[in-house]
Amino acid sequence: MTTPTHHNPHKGVWSWLTTTDHKRIGLLYGVSALVFFLIGGSEALLIRLQLAAPDGTILSADAYNQMFTMHATTMVFLVIMPAAAAFTNYFLPILIGARDVAFPRLNALSYWIYIFGGLFLTISFFVGGAPDGGWFGYAPLSTQVTEIVRMDYWALGVQILGLASLLSAINFITTIFTMRAPGMTMMRMPVFAWMALVVAFLLLFSLPMIAVGLFEVFLDRNLGTLFFNAAAGGTPLLWQHLFWLFGHPEVYILILPAMGIVSEVLPVFSRKPLFGRSFVIFSGIAIGFMGFGVWAHHMFVAGLGPVAEATFALTTMFIAVPTGVKIFNWIGTIWGGSLRMKTPMLFSLGFIAMFVIGGLSGVTHSIVPADTQQTDTYYIVAHIHYVLFGGAVFGLFSGIYYWWPKVTGKLLSEGLGKLHFWVMFVGFNLAFAPMHILGLEGMPRRTYRYPKGLGFEFWNFISTVGAMTIAVSILVFLINAWRTRTHGEIAGNDPWDGRTLEWTISSPPPEHNFDVVPVVHSEDDFWHRKYTEDADGNAVAIPGGGAPLVAGPDDPPIHLPSPSFYPLLAAFGMFLVVLGLVYVPVGLILAGIGVVTVVWGFFGWSMEPLTREAH
Amino acid sequence: MGESRVIFGSRRRRRVVIVLLLIAAALLLAACSGGDPTNLARVVDRAKPQSTLDPKGPNAAKIDDLYLMVIIVAAAVFVLVQGALLVAIFKFRQRKGQERPVRQMHGNMRLELVWTIIPVVILAIIAVPTLSTLFDLRSAPDPSENALQIEVTGHQWWWEFSYPEYGFTTAGELHIPVDRPVYLTMTSADVIHSFWVPPLNGKRDVVPGRISNLLLQADDPGVYTGQCAEFCGLAHADMRIRLFAETPADFESWALAQAQPAVIPTTGPAAAGWETFSTICIACHAVEGTNAQIRIAPDLTHLASRTSFAGATIDNTPENLKAWLHDPSALKPMRPDLNKPSQGRIMGMPNFHLTDQQIDDLIALLETFQ
Repeated sequence: MTTPTHHNPHKGVWSWLTTTDHKRIGLLYGVSALVFFLIGGSEALLIRLQLAAPDGTILSADAYNQMFTMHATTMVFLVIMPAAAAFTNYFLPILIGARDVAFPRLNALSYWIYIFGGLFLTISFFVGGAPDGGWFGYAPLSTQVTEIVRMDYWALGVQILGLASLLSAINFITTIFTMRAPGMTMMRMPVFAWMALVVAFLLLFSLPMIAVGLFEVFLDRNLGTLFFNAAAGGTPLLWQHLFWLFGHPEVYILILPAMGIVSEVLPVFSRKPLFGRSFVIFSGIAIGFMGFGVWAHHMFVAGLGPVAEATFALTTMFIAVPTGVKIFNWIGTIWGGSLRMKTPMLFSLGFIAMFVIGGLSGVTHSIVPADTQQTDTYYIVAHIHYVLFGGAVFGLFSGIYYWWPKVTGKLLSEGLGKLHFWVMFVGFNLAFAPMHILGLEGMPRRTYRYPKGLGFEFWNFISTVGAMTIAVSILVFLINAWRTRTHGEIAGNDPWDGRTLEWTISSPPPEHNFDVVPVVHSEDDFWHRKYTEDADGNAVAIPGGGAPLVAGPDDPPIHLPSPSFYPLLAAFGMFLVVLGLVYVPVGLILAGIGVVTVVWGFFGWSMEPLTREAH
Repeated sequence: MGESRVIFGSRRRRRVVIVLLLIAAALLLAACSGGDPTNLARVVDRAKPQSTLDPKGPNAAKIDDLYLMVIIVAAAVFVLVQGALLVAIFKFRQRKGQERPVRQMHGNMRLELVWTIIPVVILAIIAVPTLSTLFDLRSAPDPSENALQIEVTGHQWWWEFSYPEYGFTTAGELHIPVDRPVYLTMTSADVIHSFWVPPLNGKRDVVPGRISNLLLQADDPGVYTGQCAEFCGLAHADMRIRLFAETPADFESWALAQAQPAVIPTTGPAAAGWETFSTICIACHAVEGTNAQIRIAPDLTHLASRTSFAGATIDNTPENLKAWLHDPSALKPMRPDLNKPSQGRIMGMPNFHLTDQQIDDLIALLETFQ
């Protein structure tokens, strides 16, 4: 018996196309999300340039409507969700002491559907215009066939992206329930893994609802059904219910992974355990449940009647409670700690500060009469960016700086990292804080121009300057990332004095993650291998603690999933199906070829051998 | 310090940065050079006529009071939480890499219960005025209040206002008397719109196949602006509203004038204009007192009495009307090639390639529609 080797015999493009390694799939997700982040960011810059002054002429109304639709669709479905999927793919198995996810080929299928879905949405720009009915696609505007195919691209693209997320959710839930290392009880699981579990359940229950809605939009547009056609007895508001029953849990799908990252980063850089760990976990679960009971707060002016409005006002107010609990516990975590102000810590602290603002403006939306002034204005645009950029994106960057050394083996530059943080922090607040004022002063969102004389000029200009500043900060990040290839400091296994299992293994991790499956004895297991507490509760290093585990001769052989070409093939088949459906009836031929390809992919998949041995 | 030299270090890189900044500046300048034939200062004397923070009627004032109360509570929470965060950061950060002794606190059940219960109590207190104001604002006016009824229809991309008491219909601009409740009964001809005049009340969606209502009331005479707040397609930004609050006497004389039918001139260019109107414009526009009765585009009976046209987007001047009749889509984005009157869908006014003579005659006619 030989010891497991760390070498990877599979190199080149083919190995990436057929990979079933959760870490490689995580990397693919991460790089793809970054590329789409640059695309979505460019769309945002064009939007801000158009609005820098009254009666802007950089974009036509038609181009503007495509830009804001695609900016949101891209950032939600092609950036933040897959970026969270990148972290979950890469780190969830390692954090719970597993060698892969439960269904490695299904994992690959999720990724390939996602990338084809992103491609599908993006090519719409080149075939007659991108979707232009808003990322929320309100019927009957979205079913009003004006531009022939634009919103078909949207309905079908979001549909298959949803399928990708649904498969991931099933995969992650199964992984967490069945593949935890010995001793890794649910309550010992890292908070990031907990948040990934909550997110997976949110996806599992919310995606089917939008799937139904999207099918109805597609059928109304193409086959003459009348789900949303009021003149024929259809109900436009049905779409809003279906969309927001997905759309509000979606907000938590976007934010909870970032909350999980912050809950990992703060203890490490404070050298203290997470304060009230079980409170943080249970508040995450509470947010997950309550997230399904607040959807109609997106419809406070739609005409639901005062009783329903009052009910949803109350549920919305009270979802602020578990959110607040998390914030207090994070502050409790750093209180009394020994704070190392490294870049991941800066982004996590920035997350808290910005998320508090987004949370408080969120509470003001629950005041229904006030919301009738705020909704559909820039006040909401400010709120969602404080939650999704100041919150989710800051949290994700915290994760990038935190885990980069584990993934690449090299540390990102601290100097450039801090520059990135501060430029982004200033730019972010310049860009989005003024939008609160603009909204309250009566500027509606989704408007391609505004006239002189309404008093919108000054703050719009400042906001555009802020957007440019954010772009500069992204440039700093890209330089920093590129630079580590040649200048990056070697990280070693445990550069941050970490607390969780990923820091026990080499950087980058071997293909099989763990030479020896760890036996877990407590939460923050690795920390407790390195440190003990004295009588006053102060941390005391254990001499020689935290040494890597070495495989013995009696350890069972390691099984790893085989690479497979079939997930890519099946995903490509789905791409052909949706592309064909856009152009019904002629496209049905292409859709037919797509169906055959999908069947071929699944058939080949079911005939493949399951695993190979790593040694 | 060392790292920042990486970006700004070499001269070549510095040049790249300067070029990027210049491009950004050029784009900003381009953004500033727009032209729009709208000058709100002609009709509005306030700097921010669309602000929610300067309520001009009892409904908007109730909302503003409620928002003010909540924002004070939110500001207090903001100061406390951000203050605690800052104190923690400055008090407990490592100085010069010096490790501090850290007691391994895992939590404190009593503290955590306290900071769970306090927000619940604060929110419960806020909920009381929220719900009472909500039910208050959503109630229909009492018959004894003698509310003025106005029927509102949203179209892509203009608002239609009918005054059933007086029997006339107008577009883009509505007039109301001060100190009298106004009850809007609203629906949509095509997609979802949202009626919003911020100084007077919050917004209300206007949904096809449904009726929605909104209560307006103005305290003082003045001009208030608003616009459609629910994204409704291409020219959503250009679906605006001008609301004129007037003394009861002024309102009454305006309404009586609006209720008068048009009188078509029989001589001069205006008569020639009517020839063109009754062959082309009549397909969509109504003029009371004539056989022009199709109402899928704005009623033009008293167009000349309005300060604006094209969804209250363009100032109503002869020059602007002329430019509009030359090529409507050049002034406001529309897609008339997608008009489908059979489905009730009008995506804008087509370019009829009118001759200069026809346009001059039409403008002469429209100027008689006082």
